[in-house]
Amino acid sequence: MDKIPILRMGHFLLVTIQTDLYDRLAMSLEADLVQMVSKTNAKGVLIDISAQSIVDSFMGRIIGNIASMCKILDAETVVVGMQPAVAITLIELGLELKGVHTALNVEKGMELLQTKIILPTEDTSDDDDYSA
Amino acid sequence: MSNQSPDLAKTLRKKRNDILELWMKNQLADVSLREDLLTNEELRAQSEELLDVLLQNLNERNIAEVESADFEPVVEVLSGISISRAKQGFTPRETGLYIFSLKDALLTVVQQELKDDPAQLVTAVLTISKLVDSFGVTTFETFIKGREEVILRQTDEITEISTPVIQLWDNILALPIIGTLDSSRTQVVMENLLQQIVDTGSSIAILDISGVPAVDSLVAQHLIKTVSATRLMGAECIISGIRPEIAQTVVHLGIDLSNIVTKASLASALRYAFGMLQLDVKKTIREK
Repeated sequence: MDKIPILRMGHFLLVTIQTDLYDRLAMSLEADLVQMVSKTNAKGVLIDISAQSIVDSFMGRIIGNIASMCKILDAETVVVGMQPAVAITLIELGLELKGVHTALNVEKGMELLQTKIILPTEDTSDDDDYSA
Repeated sequence: MSNQSPDLAKTLRKKRNDILELWMKNQLADVSLREDLLTNEELRAQSEELLDVLLQNLNERNIAEVESADFEPVVEVLSGISISRAKQGFTPRETGLYIFSLKDALLTVVQQELKDDPAQLVTAVLTISKLVDSFGVTTFETFIKGREEVILRQTDEITEISTPVIQLWDNILALPIIGTLDSSRTQVVMENLLQQIVDTGSSIAILDISGVPAVDSLVAQHLIKTVSATRLMGAECIISGIRPEIAQTVVHLGIDLSNIVTKASLASALRYAFGMLQLDVKKTIREK
């Protein structure tokens, strides 16, 4: 079975979903990600779904679940690169992904995470809060 | 048929010039003649074409069968006339009367030809009436089709032009919505806006509804959907141009817009967007 790689970048975890996310893969991603957050004590999770062109209610729920679980583990979740068609589908399905932060691309997602999280060791240098 | 009208088609063909003259005379004498839309020469050419194609395809076998495939060329010419008249601005009544005036001409000629044989005259009159009536119906069908094409084209154009997405500033898009917002338009608006957000990488979208005549719960729901979809993409959406009447209706309908940023005018929405992007607009002081 394929596995979706979870990359660690400092205090953040980076997940790029490049393949079609079928149900079982999504379930295993959810489990792996939560494990990883708890193991690495990550403060933020960034999920890039720019390669996903279709989405169903199950996928939407999994993303929502991941966000809620990470929240409990004290990590913020940002979903980046959502395609217009995917956004419209999720809205039509009534899934607004409350509690999930979104950004247009990975760069903006990273910026957003950095403003959301006060890192314990290093100073966050620019203390702008334009998305607050 | 053959014993009743063996030479009706042939007779008509022989009398072609008489019919044309009579038909033209009738038309020119008519008070409803529209010389402003069609000159007499054009009208004559049009009538001649129709009569010729009709007489060429008419024979004693098919004259009583209006559904016959032989009349396809006639129907084609009729459709052409009908559509061009629809575009020129003739009323359906005028186009209809034009076709029916051919019946008068045909009947007058037949009457002269068969005045010694009343029995055959009646049959001939009935046959011709039926034939021309069917042509009349065809004309109306194509006339309506011609008009519908015009309407469809206009509808397409309206949907095409009415949803422009404007880049107001770096990272700021504006979408002025003009006209009623129904589900199909919301879909177009949403798709356009989201695509532009992706293309330009903008983080703020301003939805200006000053051109929306009324907001009911359905329209509000469509607006909320658009805003939510924009948020999912990772951009912020501001609704501007809310008129006092709209504010009243929204509250009376109990629609909750509290988690959407709303501004009264596009200017204040832009100011708010500048604030979000930490931009400052200043008046330059000219040095003397």
